[in-house]
Amino acid sequence: MSVENGIGVSVKRKEDQRFITGNGKYLDDINKFGQTHGHFLRSPYAFAKIKNIDLSAAKTAPGVVDIFTGADMTADGIGGLICGWGINSKDGSPHVAPPHPCLATDTVKHVGDQVAFIVAETLQQAKDAAELIDVDYEELKSVTDVRQAAAAGAPQVHEEAAGNQCYDWEIGDKAAVDAAFTNAHHITKIDLINNRVSPNPMEPRAALGEYDPGTGEYTLHTTSQNPHVARLLLSAFVGVAPENKLRVIAPDVGGGFGTKIFLYAEETTAVWASKRVGRPIKWTADRSESFLTDAHGRDHATHAEMAFDADGHILGFRVSTKANMGAYLSTFASAVPTYLYATLLNGQYKMPCIYAEVQALFTNTTPVDAYRGAGRPEATYVVERIMERAARDMNMDPTELRLKNFIQPDAYPYETPVIMTYDTGDYPLTMTTAKDMIDYTGFAARKAKSAANGKLRGIGSSAYIEACGIAPSAAVGSLGAGVGLWESAEVRFNPTGSVTVFTGSHSHGQGHETTFAQLIADQLGVPFESIEVVHGDTTKVPFGMGTYGSRSLAVGGSAITKAADKIVEKAKKIAAHLMEASADDIEHSHGVFSVAGTDKQLTIGEIAFAAYVPHNYPADLEPGLAENAFYDPLNFTFPAGTHIAEVEIDPDTGVVEVVDWAAADDFGNVINPMIVEGQVHGGVAQGIGQALLEGVVYDDDSGQLLTGSYMDYCMPRADNFPNFRVETTNTPCPSNPLGVKGCGEAGAIAAPAALMNAITDALGKEIDMPATSEKVWRAAQNA
Amino acid sequence: MYSFNYERPSGINDAAGAVGEDDKFLAGGQSYLPTLKLRLAQVDKLVDLGGISDLKGISVSGGEVSIGAMTTHGTVATSSDVRSSIPALADMAAHIGDAQVRNRGTIGGSIANNDPAADYPSALVALNATVHTNKRSITADDFFVDLFETALEDGELITKVTFPVPQKAAYAKFPNPASRFALVGVFVAQTTSGARVAVTGAGPCVFRQSDMEAALSGNFSGAAVKGIQTVADKLNADIHASADYRAHLISVMAARAVDAAS
Repeated sequence: MSVENGIGVSVKRKEDQRFITGNGKYLDDINKFGQTHGHFLRSPYAFAKIKNIDLSAAKTAPGVVDIFTGADMTADGIGGLICGWGINSKDGSPHVAPPHPCLATDTVKHVGDQVAFIVAETLQQAKDAAELIDVDYEELKSVTDVRQAAAAGAPQVHEEAAGNQCYDWEIGDKAAVDAAFTNAHHITKIDLINNRVSPNPMEPRAALGEYDPGTGEYTLHTTSQNPHVARLLLSAFVGVAPENKLRVIAPDVGGGFGTKIFLYAEETTAVWASKRVGRPIKWTADRSESFLTDAHGRDHATHAEMAFDADGHILGFRVSTKANMGAYLSTFASAVPTYLYATLLNGQYKMPCIYAEVQALFTNTTPVDAYRGAGRPEATYVVERIMERAARDMNMDPTELRLKNFIQPDAYPYETPVIMTYDTGDYPLTMTTAKDMIDYTGFAARKAKSAANGKLRGIGSSAYIEACGIAPSAAVGSLGAGVGLWESAEVRFNPTGSVTVFTGSHSHGQGHETTFAQLIADQLGVPFESIEVVHGDTTKVPFGMGTYGSRSLAVGGSAITKAADKIVEKAKKIAAHLMEASADDIEHSHGVFSVAGTDKQLTIGEIAFAAYVPHNYPADLEPGLAENAFYDPLNFTFPAGTHIAEVEIDPDTGVVEVVDWAAADDFGNVINPMIVEGQVHGGVAQGIGQALLEGVVYDDDSGQLLTGSYMDYCMPRADNFPNFRVETTNTPCPSNPLGVKGCGEAGAIAAPAALMNAITDALGKEIDMPATSEKVWRAAQNA
Repeated sequence: MYSFNYERPSGINDAAGAVGEDDKFLAGGQSYLPTLKLRLAQVDKLVDLGGISDLKGISVSGGEVSIGAMTTHGTVATSSDVRSSIPALADMAAHIGDAQVRNRGTIGGSIANNDPAADYPSALVALNATVHTNKRSITADDFFVDLFETALEDGELITKVTFPVPQKAAYAKFPNPASRFALVGVFVAQTTSGARVAVTGAGPCVFRQSDMEAALSGNFSGAAVKGIQTVADKLNADIHASADYRAHLISVMAARAVDAAS
């Protein structure tokens, strides 16, 4: 029986009413009595020693409340920022995690590094005072490119990290892979750059810190995807305040894409300094600061080799990657190019053996951490570029090579050589569906027509897989994670039958207020409009792990379902009492409790009222109707699918037009198809952006960020895209009670390889991302 | 943004009298206000020209289109007078920036700033326009001097620009994918005194491509210019395009503009 506004219905997003009418409450909309304004003086150099900081003129400037430097934080016992995932090198040594002070002490290590924090009555006064601070720098030779950082004689970013190495990690069976290559009929090799990108959420990062001397409690409003994790880090590691004296609130947050997972220097400094000045302090990044300090994504240089037998079956896969960590280790940076990357190098294929090694390196750049997909897009990019290239090398249709090597639908559970156990899927179905959607067989005719118009046409596929629903706590703990990755929920009935759902997940655009309400509407039969979803405040919601890694529905939604299960169990006992039946005889369906074989029934609303007004109530049962649950997943989930891109290139200019896009995705069960389709659109747009337009560029000599504004950093726009064709072919996930897999990152994971495969198909040669018009034009000249 | 004084006169003479050595005229503010907000510039006083009605408006007479200095791009783009007399000019204006920029930015502000990637300088040069100020008249060829530099003297105020109506003209722009300013923009015009080809975006300042003008004089077709290369030595090079690529795009865009001219 389907329920109104229940599972599987494209309910319009309830949060959009306030967002679209300008009634959203974002951080910069919040102001406190007596509020001051904070501004950071930032390093103009990529790498420099700080010989002296003279604050004397600035401290007496109009409106200045106080100015802080790294020495003040150190004197106050405030530690630096930490990385929460330990990675060991091949030799067993732990990764190198150099100090990461919130305000620089003796050196600055990237352009934009924080040097001083100015607190003033107005933002203009804070900026004016910043210009009066006299910092004596000794500029040092910097390094920004990850390959150059690994070279002998490269500038050393940290004394602690010899050769700039953070770790040199490996996974898989090297000997087996070597043997496989010895026996190979064909070997395809490829070198790939996965370009560094800037996340660009619409709302910049911001913080509003305040301290209550009466209670000794700090409150930090911040743009966070996981406020409890921010509180934990601020308490246990940075040392601002104990957890019980620190409240973190993430109100409406305007996009994250990963970059708001992490604990940053600015938010930390703002909340710490609020006690020092005795007044609330607000800091909001301007867009230049966002470019300079929001953790970037990707930035890999990879060499990969794949061995095949004479029939085109994969024999082995060998990958070597250099990953740029930036100047400091961000909160989860170490995990991204290791357990979130190399564990997905198996793709959708039967690969007998894999060996991957990853060298992580420090450079004088903005730290790099998780960005929509986080490691999995990098893995898909390597696997799917080399599969396409191998097919071309062996004169096979690239989709046929994939179909030949796919794990078959009857092979689950399927253990890969890189520690993942895929639970379900149907890869041949998603691929054939995508081919039908884009009329793959009609491509030759379309190509001929383009050629007649002087245009080059190409088609390219990407059969991606991701590990989402992050993650089973014991599994990630064994791999070095410093936290468990379960999720929490409370389902609380009000006496009148309406419901408030408290979730440890955090919505910053995903539509949780709608999707989670649909879960309760479906399971408990409560009207959709009578359900509120609360998230983002550590004093309101139970400890939660937040939103990233396409985990909120699979893990957070499952926790809500578990809590609702407990509601049903208790409601059955109340119903049995009220209807004078045995609890075993009570049947439940979508909020209606009936006595088997009779026409007696009660609704969940009637039962909730009885629970809060327990005049006629079971003697051995607590009053009230509210249950909480913590859900730790059994396994990752494995969304997978095939995206196919079709492009037309103007060889005179090198301009690439994306003319068609087919996405066939397996997300397991779908709660709200409209929201899922929107997530695919957004993900694909982001992936196309990376492949075609986006790229962070640093000047080789000076280490200056050259793409520091939208004049130079190219975000994709609506006119860069065709209408996307989106379908789902869903196999329910066996690893969680909802059967869901997650959809938030899929597009960004699938798209870059599909688009680059289409472009290189049209050109007949390999190029790296981003496929700028000049790069494409040059390749087309020599085609 | 640093603090500054602000004045909004209602007459041309008042405006000219109000601006001192460290002051600036403010037209649409689409380049200068962001520069101020980013603290890249500091000014004692802004003399806002927005209140001077004599600087606004479009008229056509005697084979000439006259556009007031404070006329917005949006007004030029949608003007039936411009569309019927010089459709290429209206089309060019319609593709400057975005709708918000077109509704604030002005022709006078654009040419006084002389951004190397702005569209208008190419239109003025190709159409052999004349820039009228409160002191004199300056031909477009003489007006645009170098990177962000014009023939304007301190305190000199553009009042209008006059464009002789060409036989046909067109503008072809290859936009910078990020900013959507012209990476290369080529404005071509066939006039009674011959073909004129003006290139913006590619060099430090708008310039005429004389080889192409010569080729077009006998044969006004895209084929006549497509093979003519521009020397790359003095062209711009940045993270978006090398000088070689810009040189190549000049040929491609020139040919497309000629073929589209009407």
